[in-house]
Amino acid sequence: MIRLINITRTFTMGEQAVLALNQINLQIASGEYLSIMGPSGSGKSTLLNIIGLLDQPDSGQYELDGKAVTDLTEIEQAQIRREKIGFVFQSFHLIPRLTAAENIELPLTLGGVPIDERKVRVQNALQDFELEQRANHRPAELSGGQRQRVAIARATIMQPSIILADEPTGNLDHQIGAEVMLLLENLQHQGTTLIIVTHDRELGSRANRQIAMRDGKILTDQTHDTP
Amino acid sequence: MTLLDTLQTALKAVISYRIRSVLIVLAMSLGVAAVIMLTALGDGARNFVIKQFSSIGTNLLVVLPGRAETAGSFPGAVLGQTPRDLTLHDAQLLGRLPQVKRYAPLSIGAAELSTANRLREVTVLGSNENLIPIRHMKLALGSFIAQGSERSAQIVLGAKIAADFFPHTPAIGQRVRLGDSRFLVSGVLASQGESMGFNTDEIVIIPVDYAQALFNTTSLFRILVEANNHEEIAAAKQVILATLKQSHDGEDDSTVITQDAVLATFDRILHTLTLAVAGIAAISLIVAGILIMNVMLVAVSQRTSEIGLLKAIGATSTDIRRLFFTEAAWLSLVGALLGFLLGQLGSLLIRILYPQFPAWAPSWASAAAIGIALITGIIATILPAIKAAQLNAVVALNRK
Repeated sequence: MIRLINITRTFTMGEQAVLALNQINLQIASGEYLSIMGPSGSGKSTLLNIIGLLDQPDSGQYELDGKAVTDLTEIEQAQIRREKIGFVFQSFHLIPRLTAAENIELPLTLGGVPIDERKVRVQNALQDFELEQRANHRPAELSGGQRQRVAIARATIMQPSIILADEPTGNLDHQIGAEVMLLLENLQHQGTTLIIVTHDRELGSRANRQIAMRDGKILTDQTHDTP
Repeated sequence: MTLLDTLQTALKAVISYRIRSVLIVLAMSLGVAAVIMLTALGDGARNFVIKQFSSIGTNLLVVLPGRAETAGSFPGAVLGQTPRDLTLHDAQLLGRLPQVKRYAPLSIGAAELSTANRLREVTVLGSNENLIPIRHMKLALGSFIAQGSERSAQIVLGAKIAADFFPHTPAIGQRVRLGDSRFLVSGVLASQGESMGFNTDEIVIIPVDYAQALFNTTSLFRILVEANNHEEIAAAKQVILATLKQSHDGEDDSTVITQDAVLATFDRILHTLTLAVAGIAAISLIVAGILIMNVMLVAVSQRTSEIGLLKAIGATSTDIRRLFFTEAAWLSLVGALLGFLLGQLGSLLIRILYPQFPAWAPSWASAAAIGIALITGIIATILPAIKAAQLNAVVALNRK
């Protein structure tokens, strides 16, 4: 359950103040499939970053699962990111010197999960995402689709309740992108909240709930039946 | 993040940036090796000098006639010396002191040594049977001037003299002429080479009363005294001075030099010198530290998006700071240990090339070099680590 109340975020570009988010009010139920669309500069990525606790609003309140998280300490916020939120990025953000398995293991390592349990969970994730043959390959030796699968495996290894995906298919061709979307949507079917930021109308229209943004404001918020 | 995971993760980073890591480790290890080798040289020089001094005897006191001091202008004190010499009687008095283990009077001069077909001028030492143990000399052949045999006309030849005079026949039992007297060769000194600028290979030793007769004098050049043990050296010095004063009609006209005093001075000088060179070498460690800072700053900007990612998947600022610190600590540690090995190898090489030179690095120097390497490496990472931890996750993620 995500609740944003009057969230405002301003950036200073040189001497000019840019209002990235302007009094945003938004409520997202657990397990929802939501897409945020809009042209670049509309504030959709900023909104995603605030939901993901990577960025702090200038004003307003953010409640996650009924708890105000805006005023938490840096360490508490890091813990929430680790345990409740999984990020999927357009450019994958895999660490180039680590193997696929090591990249997937990273959140477990940061979380201090014992090594035996880590190995089992990474092995399962490799199976789930059909990456067993690629476990010991570095990102440079993987295809785009494989890289994004590794990134999704990493995002889900801590079994987060929310997946935040910023243009997850932006660097993939159409068919691979569709496969990646199926993987993400499959996670949503299992109960994870899935929030996707995109400027691709076709991609965004796959979600049950679609939000359109412009100039830091929510323009439309439509809910459809499952397509 | 557990400590073990931090160590492993940082080590992986060190290994994967291979060239960078090798260069830093090299810089660090050269600094450490320089400190170790220079202190090995300095300390080796110190030990070398100490050994030279020790080789002239243990718990040794040297009694000199006269007292070098500023004197009034009364007759007989023109040179700042009293006219009274040390005599054999003085030496015997000292020998009776409880603090004295043994003594050897020393009379020195030059005379002509000859056999039927050879002749040369030699330095002649007159002494007693104690000279050998007090001065740590060794005999190669035969016996020294035996105790109680000061009246028998025996002579001990230096190694080179013996070899020159008797190249084909054994020297022991041969008769030689020294000045106007005939002596029987009783022993040959082992070759010891130069010691404190005095070559024992080219001297001959005869009983002290023969020497005094030969040089027509009753005075002694020196009296060598060995104290019972190290603790009694100071007491022995006092008693010797008092005894000689009494013997010389209350005139305080002898000087006693203890080997310790001379040794301590050299020890201090060379120790200070060692510290100085170690300090100079330590500067290279500081330079290596600055290199580490530079490289870690580059690493932070190179890995900006990685730091952003780590934050996104739940790393705290502390985790990130620790990762960078640990990475620098690995680099310094490996550098320090490699440097330690290099330094020890270098010292070993010096010892192999110059076996008489004890080039051992003192353990304080090795410990200090490794310690300084680790500390500078970690201090140098404070700034880069803080920079990394303070990075804004959103900005970091979006930077390519």
